[in-house]
Amino acid sequence: MDTKRMDPGRIEISRRLTRRAWLGRAANGIGGMALGTLLDQSNILARVAPERGRICPLDFAPRAKRVIFLCQAGGMSHLETFDEKPKLREMDGQGMPESFTAGQPIAQLQGVAQLKCMGPRHAFRDCGASGQRISTLFPYLANVADQLCIVNSSRTEQINHDPAHTFMNTGTQISGRPSMGSWLTYGLGSESQDLPGFVVMTSVGGGQNQPIATRQWHSGFLPGRHQGVEFRSAGDPVLYLNDPPGVARHGQRQVIDTVSALNRLHDSTVDDPEIATRIAQYELAFKMQTSVPQLMDLSGETRATLDMYGTEGADGSYAANCLLARRLAERGVRFIQLYHRGWDHHGQIEIGSTLTAKHVDQGTAALITDLHQRGMLDETLVIFTGEFGRTPMAQGDGRDHHIRGFSMFLCGGGVKPGIRYGATDELGYNAIENIFHVHDLHATMLHLLGIDHEKMTFRYQGRDFRLTDVHGNVVHDIIA
Amino acid sequence: MSCNKLFSGFFGVRQLYRTSLGVLVIAPAYLSAACAPVSAVDFSREIRPILSDRCFKCHGPDDAAREGELRLDVRETAVQSAIIPGDAEASEFFRRIITSDPEDQMPPVESQRPRLDAKQIALVRAWIEEGAQFDRHWSLRLPGHGEPPQVEGADVRNPIDRFLLARLREEGYAPSPAADPRTLIRRLSFDLVGLPPTPDQVEQFVADPSAGAYSNLADRFLGSPHYGERMAMYWLDVVRYADSNGLHGDQFRPHSSYRDWVIKAFNDNLPYDQFVLEQLAGDLLPDSGFEQQIASGFNRLNMTTQEGGAQPKEYRAIYQADRVRNSSAIFLGLTMGCAQCHDHKFDPLTMRDFYSWGAFFSDIEEVAVGAQQSTMMRQVRHHPEQSWMDNRIAELQQVLATQTPELAAAQLAWEKNPEKTLDDWTLLKPVSQASQAGFRLVAEDDNSIHLAEGESPKRDQYTIQFKSDLSSITALYLEVLPDALSPGGGPGRSSNGNFVLNEFEVVVDGQPTQLQGATATFSQTHYSVEAAIDGDIGSGWAILPRVNQAHHAVFELASLPDRPGPRVIQVVMKQTYGDAHVAGRFRLWATDSPRPLDANKTVLVQSVARTLSKSAAERTSAQNAELSAYFRTVAPALASTHKELSALLERQKKIGGPQRAILVSRRLETPREVRILPRGNWLDETGEVVQPAIPAIFGALDVEGRRATRLDLARWLADAENPLTARVHVNRLWKIVFGRALVHPPDDFGAQGNVPLHPELLDWLATQFVQSGWDTKKLLKLLVTSAAYQRSSLGAAIVRQRDPENDFYARQNRFRLDAEMVRDNALAISGLLNPNLGGISVKPYQPAGYWAHLNFPVRTYEHDTDGNQYRRGLYTYWCRTFLHPSLAAFDAPSREECTVERPRSNTPLAALALLNDPTYVEAARALAGRMMAGVEHTPTGRIELAYRLALQRAPRLEEIELLLELFDRQLHDYSLRTKDAEKAQAVGLSPSRGESSPEKAAWVAVARTILNLHETITRN
Repeated sequence: MDTKRMDPGRIEISRRLTRRAWLGRAANGIGGMALGTLLDQSNILARVAPERGRICPLDFAPRAKRVIFLCQAGGMSHLETFDEKPKLREMDGQGMPESFTAGQPIAQLQGVAQLKCMGPRHAFRDCGASGQRISTLFPYLANVADQLCIVNSSRTEQINHDPAHTFMNTGTQISGRPSMGSWLTYGLGSESQDLPGFVVMTSVGGGQNQPIATRQWHSGFLPGRHQGVEFRSAGDPVLYLNDPPGVARHGQRQVIDTVSALNRLHDSTVDDPEIATRIAQYELAFKMQTSVPQLMDLSGETRATLDMYGTEGADGSYAANCLLARRLAERGVRFIQLYHRGWDHHGQIEIGSTLTAKHVDQGTAALITDLHQRGMLDETLVIFTGEFGRTPMAQGDGRDHHIRGFSMFLCGGGVKPGIRYGATDELGYNAIENIFHVHDLHATMLHLLGIDHEKMTFRYQGRDFRLTDVHGNVVHDIIA
Repeated sequence: MSCNKLFSGFFGVRQLYRTSLGVLVIAPAYLSAACAPVSAVDFSREIRPILSDRCFKCHGPDDAAREGELRLDVRETAVQSAIIPGDAEASEFFRRIITSDPEDQMPPVESQRPRLDAKQIALVRAWIEEGAQFDRHWSLRLPGHGEPPQVEGADVRNPIDRFLLARLREEGYAPSPAADPRTLIRRLSFDLVGLPPTPDQVEQFVADPSAGAYSNLADRFLGSPHYGERMAMYWLDVVRYADSNGLHGDQFRPHSSYRDWVIKAFNDNLPYDQFVLEQLAGDLLPDSGFEQQIASGFNRLNMTTQEGGAQPKEYRAIYQADRVRNSSAIFLGLTMGCAQCHDHKFDPLTMRDFYSWGAFFSDIEEVAVGAQQSTMMRQVRHHPEQSWMDNRIAELQQVLATQTPELAAAQLAWEKNPEKTLDDWTLLKPVSQASQAGFRLVAEDDNSIHLAEGESPKRDQYTIQFKSDLSSITALYLEVLPDALSPGGGPGRSSNGNFVLNEFEVVVDGQPTQLQGATATFSQTHYSVEAAIDGDIGSGWAILPRVNQAHHAVFELASLPDRPGPRVIQVVMKQTYGDAHVAGRFRLWATDSPRPLDANKTVLVQSVARTLSKSAAERTSAQNAELSAYFRTVAPALASTHKELSALLERQKKIGGPQRAILVSRRLETPREVRILPRGNWLDETGEVVQPAIPAIFGALDVEGRRATRLDLARWLADAENPLTARVHVNRLWKIVFGRALVHPPDDFGAQGNVPLHPELLDWLATQFVQSGWDTKKLLKLLVTSAAYQRSSLGAAIVRQRDPENDFYARQNRFRLDAEMVRDNALAISGLLNPNLGGISVKPYQPAGYWAHLNFPVRTYEHDTDGNQYRRGLYTYWCRTFLHPSLAAFDAPSREECTVERPRSNTPLAALALLNDPTYVEAARALAGRMMAGVEHTPTGRIELAYRLALQRAPRLEEIELLLELFDRQLHDYSLRTKDAEKAQAVGLSPSRGESSPEKAAWVAVARTILNLHETITRN
């Protein structure tokens, strides 16, 4: 090519290359580095080791290595799912005794003249050898009842969706604090070479889709690399993951190699440790460009597995996300969080809860079974909960938000299987026995992962912050 | 008087002083002077931090948390029993610190706080032996008036260097040499205008050896309009500016005029004390103009909710706490938020202080739960031309409003034959009408379009086509009609008769036509008709409560291309609100009458026509006045005045439009009652009612018995005698140009914060700043002309090892550009940057579906398709719950809370954004185009040009070699894959230069590489 011959830069370079060869010092470029060395990734790859956690050694022997948090967003009704209240059924349509509700925060039922009881809209039955009482909404979960630790005495402090999610994730309703997934990757580090330590996926179906903000998986004042990364079912699975149009894989590789080579050359003159990190992060980015699509590709799963979850592929459904959660768990991701945005049944709760339950029941049960079959359930803590529950009082033919008592279940990861913990009163309003506050959930979760929730702190604005703030008790009664 | 005496004076002796702004403050005596240290151990710097961290949690200011009735933050109580001044060994306090008995030791085992180390114990012992003197926490004392130390040498350019060098020499560090001119101009340009210097600027500076060259350069940057943008990036983080309300549905709310005000305030170098006053209390200032009103939008930047079921009372408490937390952080650098549920553990701030501070803001009118009410305001002017235009417009309007004898005579003649001057509207007959939701639209005999009876669509998009004989159409007129068959009686199909027209779009002869104005006979609060043409699908026009009657809106079209003959008009009505808020019956009219045309004018014309049909004797005086006013709009004698006015209005619109909605502060006649909320619990009404007051530690505002206002608070903050305000601002300015604050981290000036490493320097700067009249530009000039600022950011290995955080500023700092600047830099290098100033927020490319989790309403992000695509990052639509992912990847904060210091992370997500975000791919394509269009046609010449644009330096041979190798490989590859080569050159909206070729595609790869370099995104 003509320009090649005419280009003085090229002439100078070829002159130098010749001289180098003549001097017999091929490996002696600037700063003692040859360009070949600059382009060689192998010396950098060693630096892309998974990050170690801050809690080292751990405070306790860990029972679980990771968490799969299945958020039933919108506020799953405990009264139609895990908390059977025959008395409420009896009082269906009658006035709600004021002794329960006086002075309590109320959401959309504010100002309603007379609050009326609404009986459970679904039947309950004995499930498994443990005889756990679970409603007929969950025929698949009924099959894994013996694995579940059902908590009926949960409590939170925020009665509207947005702050309640924030509270569930960060232990406070004030914005800007780290979410639990960020705390965990901060404390425990990552076991994955080519995936983020904290992954979030969402799905919809069955009810009103309440918004979910990115602050729910934000790292707050913790370093930004602990932030949750959302994996999406449509478009790029991770934002900006796909190569630009017209850029082939090897073309992208060449660009990244050249960027890193030039960065290394620059480093040889300025000696800036941030450059080594930059090079490592570009390498991880390139790896993710391969590893994430591989993860999202379910074609290697057996027909039996796909049938068990009830999904055909990564289609953004909750069931597919459950299967992806198992694949993420296998690859060492520390905190996997699913949101199903479909539980906000202010009206038509009977049909609404049936529809939403259909979206989540099979996938959740399959995930538990699958983890169990693969011997991973013992080291994986599965948590299934809404951001709050729903009122025993009717809101038309639905139920309002409720925070004084609701239900969740924990499973695997060192939790006692086949038990029920705590209770609400006879109408399902107040948690009265073994109250299990969100702070207690956090404390217990951290304990199972080997962390003393009072010891894992981060200093910000002059104060030592923790996930549990100044609260939280480890509930040993549910630990196996 | 000893410090000790002064301290106890806080509880006893007080004195009155009148401050520079005339605010009378009853202050504790010690505030008026700083204590000179009387002992070798410096309590404030050496002892107080230890006590705060290890003791105050249980023995500090919080009465409720106090253990063993021992309070150690006040000398009076500390020396009662625990500490015996002069005798450490005899002091129980000291014994507990050193004891090995786990039962007795302090801090106790269960507190999990570390014990004091040997050095700290020695300090505490010496302090007690020296008399256990207490003095105020350093930041609560007025800055000292110390002079710079006497240090001489070549390294001294201004007094800042004398402070720093004295310390450096003490530590035995040699400062780094001065940075080379290329590095220096690049640094200064990023720091002061947030953009890279142009190659011309660089070469000019490098070639100018004169002594004043650097100082002139600094002045030029400080005088650039982009300086205001750069400073706004800092301030918008601090005040948590955003375009959405942040909670639940995270709906849009208009605030961009406030951002414009901030930019202008910095560009005009508004004194910082005035800057504070106008934001906190612009609406209360005696000479409050529209700019002060806009500034008061500051008080409305907090997050708010529209969530159904949210309790107003709870949210009032939340907004109040938000304002206390943030305003105390913004202006004072204090963490007052800690006193919401209990007295502060470390600083002398009580719950009463917290709620009393909150009471300052209880006069602000706002909606507790629901959409906030905005106000239409004039815009802040960035161009000098604009003020001139405002005046001229007012003059012309005055002329047009004045009746003269000549006009009266002309009017009489006109009345005889007025038809031609009355707007003529033609009813349009629909050719086709379609509902996207699949419902049936019927064309009725009166040419109205009627949504068929029965079920209604929840949301819908109507597309209606008409043919019109008018060849030039200037406006369309949408008439919505009541409808007895509608569930709510119409015009809308919702149960209350309302509709929401989110977007109204017009296509003429297949060409989308811009709508330049919308007016309506009536608009619902928050649902003005302009919202139907603002391009935001989340906003729209509605008419509650005036349902069941006809209304109309007039949409003015931009000029159509000239063409004779009939036109095909297509109207698209997007109605996405939900719950059947769709129009049930409506029709459309068109006109070719001259602009301006608006809904009120159509009403007026009808009224004028009625008046004209009456004899002069029958007309009322009001009718006569109306008639004359109308005549003046069509009088030939005034035609040139009208022409000039409309040209000016047109121009004004282009520069930024006459008015924009914004949330501003409006004062309630009766402020809301504020109570102390026990444990922060909003349901608990047992707490005492409090009045607005500054924290007791600072004394009290003397307001002579009246209720203190936000203006009193602002005056106290902006007073020369406030010990914190100037220090906090100066510290942040220091951080902007040095990368690391003197008080680090910069967000806590309280007891738990770090003491400044250079306290005398900070105080000196704060004092200079106040004495200069709070002159921000002057202070920045002082900072950047110091030798310390101009040093190389490379440091000797030994210094870097011993001072890794660069506490002593022996070198400059190197750090990644802020998120917005990463974007601006790429756009500037590529030549795509649109340098326009101000205006509403813009929407750069964003991955599809990123807003899918938003609801109420569901929103689709539509990126800008005009020059706004290439605006600076600070104008990006700031969606708090889903911040633009490319900005978020580079640590831009969501702006939910005051952010003084952004993290600077280095993550794979940032790498992916810079590699693959279409913004950066397009920038690379444009840069490649620039490289190929350069005067040098050799590959090395092109690479050299790119390096000068991106890095302000020439490439080294090794760099050229690596890039040429990449170029050769890419060229070879793209020669085999020409389709891919085409695709690689088709990213983005901007036009490509010439035809695509494998060579160009290869240069795009080279340009991407350069834009991704660590050096490119690093300020060094």
